[in-house]
Amino acid sequence: MTIIIYLIPVALGLGLLGLGAFLWSVSTNQYDDLDGAAHRILMDDDAPLPRRSKLSE
Amino acid sequence: MTMITDAAASGCPSGLAPPTPSQASDFSAFVREKKGLKTLTLSVRGAKCGGCLSKIENKLSAVSGVQQARMNLSNGKLQVAWTGATTADRIADTVAALGYGVSAFSEDSSAKAAKSEERDLLISMGVAAFALANVMLLSVSVWGGHGEMGEQTRTALHGISGLIALPVLIFSGRHFFMSAFAALRRGHANMDVPISLALVLAFGVSVWETATGGAHAYFDASIMLLCFLLIGRFLDARLRRQTQAAAHELAALQNRSLNRIGADGRAEAIRADEVQKGDRILLAAGERAVVDLKITQGMSGIDESMVSGESLPRTIGSGETLYAGSLNLDQPLTGEALGPASDSLLSQIADMLEAGEQKRARYRQIADKAVALYVPFVHTTAALAFVAWLMMGASAHQAVLIAVSTLIITCPCALALAAPVAQVVASGSLFKQGIFLRSGDALERLAEIDHLVLDKTGTLTLGTPRLVSAHGEELQLAAHLARASRHPLSRAIVETAGPGSIADDIREHPGLGVEGSVNSQSYRLGSAEWVGASAPVSQTGPSLWFVGPDMKPVLFEFEDQLQSDASETLAALKQRGLGLEILSGDRGEAVSKIANTLAIETWHAQVSPTGKADRLDALRAAGKKVLMVGDGLNDAGALALAHASLAPGGAMDVSQSASDAVYSGGLGALQTVLSVSKRTKNVMLQNFGLAAAYNCVAVPIAVTGHVTPLIAAIAMSASSLIVTLNALRIKGALT
Repeated sequence: MTIIIYLIPVALGLGLLGLGAFLWSVSTNQYDDLDGAAHRILMDDDAPLPRRSKLSE
Repeated sequence: MTMITDAAASGCPSGLAPPTPSQASDFSAFVREKKGLKTLTLSVRGAKCGGCLSKIENKLSAVSGVQQARMNLSNGKLQVAWTGATTADRIADTVAALGYGVSAFSEDSSAKAAKSEERDLLISMGVAAFALANVMLLSVSVWGGHGEMGEQTRTALHGISGLIALPVLIFSGRHFFMSAFAALRRGHANMDVPISLALVLAFGVSVWETATGGAHAYFDASIMLLCFLLIGRFLDARLRRQTQAAAHELAALQNRSLNRIGADGRAEAIRADEVQKGDRILLAAGERAVVDLKITQGMSGIDESMVSGESLPRTIGSGETLYAGSLNLDQPLTGEALGPASDSLLSQIADMLEAGEQKRARYRQIADKAVALYVPFVHTTAALAFVAWLMMGASAHQAVLIAVSTLIITCPCALALAAPVAQVVASGSLFKQGIFLRSGDALERLAEIDHLVLDKTGTLTLGTPRLVSAHGEELQLAAHLARASRHPLSRAIVETAGPGSIADDIREHPGLGVEGSVNSQSYRLGSAEWVGASAPVSQTGPSLWFVGPDMKPVLFEFEDQLQSDASETLAALKQRGLGLEILSGDRGEAVSKIANTLAIETWHAQVSPTGKADRLDALRAAGKKVLMVGDGLNDAGALALAHASLAPGGAMDVSQSASDAVYSGGLGALQTVLSVSKRTKNVMLQNFGLAAAYNCVAVPIAVTGHVTPLIAAIAMSASSLIVTLNALRIKGALT
């Protein structure tokens, strides 16, 4: 059972990673406009991509 | 396709909200400047979909100098940052031209506090969920290894659980502990007292068990409790903040700017809260007054429909008083402010709103009633179990364990979720149908309604006159004159006649009419006496006369038309057994005509704002649960006093924030609101019933000493899940 000496910290570490990500998302206002974010992803009015021939030159 | 392009030209491209007119205002007073970068926050009304978002942002980004334009769709706030000479008005006009209502926005401190409270709860919830996952990981091993796991391993796992639980309990549980402590110090008890007690006892007993090498530790149960309770608390705070934001709209209206004439005779834009008594104010044509004014110079027609409900404009001249909320129609007016904006009629209405809020705060929600029943019941049961087990010869340790497990398993997880989840689901579905809920408990109040009071102008009717008697050639001629005027009747003529050219030599005579020449012939459009026609014997609605050389006077008659679905909706509501009543500030003839058409027996005309509030008080005293629907400033007091209230999307900001919900589209929304609220109330009652049924099963198991941490965990999560799933049915039933 000595394996749990390693496994429990690993599990806790993973959990803390997730918690850290959550706290970051809250502190960077990711939850302020849930409706807007849902629509923004569907907007496809990006600038046109550079022409392929130009890239290969 | 044409319909879509038409809609895209103005307002929401998905048609979720009608084009919203903006109130004329000067925005330069609200710009903040930092190192050449100017920022302005605008409150945008009428933006409802992704199309609105890209339309507004793209149009603004194309304005020269604009660095960033970002719109928040959830709360309608638009933040614009720009450099260079572009004016704030240019920015605001760009958005207004797209068909959205724009007003300046400055955040106050209470809104900030509410926002940080919501964020605190969200973080606490996240931390508790993290701890729950990790403690559960260890608890499942203990349960799975029951009988095989050595005592030392078990105690070690319990110990680690305890180490995770302690900081989280202190951090995430502080919301409950602090509130409970504050309540106890004042000698009261609230919901947080039994919650804190259960949390602390569960943790304490678990520490004791771990220290003595016992088999059962309740760390998982206490953290699970915390997590579920925080979910309910967070949803509640979120709904409450949305409500507060609605109330804040009142302040946003006061934020509007106006033009003060300085000693040197030049006009400067100032914020409404900077006005002092005696200031000379210039009110341009098309501008809405922010403060009460005593007119010193000029003469003009004013539209007081938002103040008094009167649908016809009246002429105002030197020496008369103009009330805040009135719209100046034709000529610029100069007036002396009768007091600061906070002393205007608007603020008297604000006082009425406050009185209404206080009455409403006394309303006891179902959740409050449930808690009042629940707390004494659970605590007595736990205490009785403790005493009974002691008397039956159990050890003190065993008796305490049983009493605590009773408290844990009956802790109001499901109770804390029962109401907020149902309210959140219901307000979400209403939002999709264009109905914006202002407070969570409004649904409960809306479900109890038995009497409906309606305002006329702008609520039952469209609020704008329509031409009913059309004349082909004369109409086109008259339209040449009408195009130059802001008068509502002129606008109605133009709407029927369509676009075209404008007459020459236009002269507008306030209160009389318009004069102008077409093909070098002079024409007049206005009142009967002014154009020299004899008034007809029976005149039901507003009218205009039109005369020219060698032609007989022509009469144009107008009518304030009913909303297209008004009779249908009201008939359906009558069938539901609701009492119907019209309460209007307009003239008797106009109101009785509408009442007859809709077959409503009770109506009151020419009611003042205070008269409306008094009528609502009388109805309340008579034991009626009144739903008030109105849009004007004159309705605001009555809206706040009613048991529940609704305002149409085109209503004055004040009225919107005095209401429980704002609807867009026609009166049909009334039916939706009433059926959703009934349904929500039913689901909430079912949820409390389920929570009670759960306790009926759980309490006997607990007091007989059969609860293990495994059973507690299953029972608690199952009850919360059932309550949440039941609430989701509100959504399913609507579609």
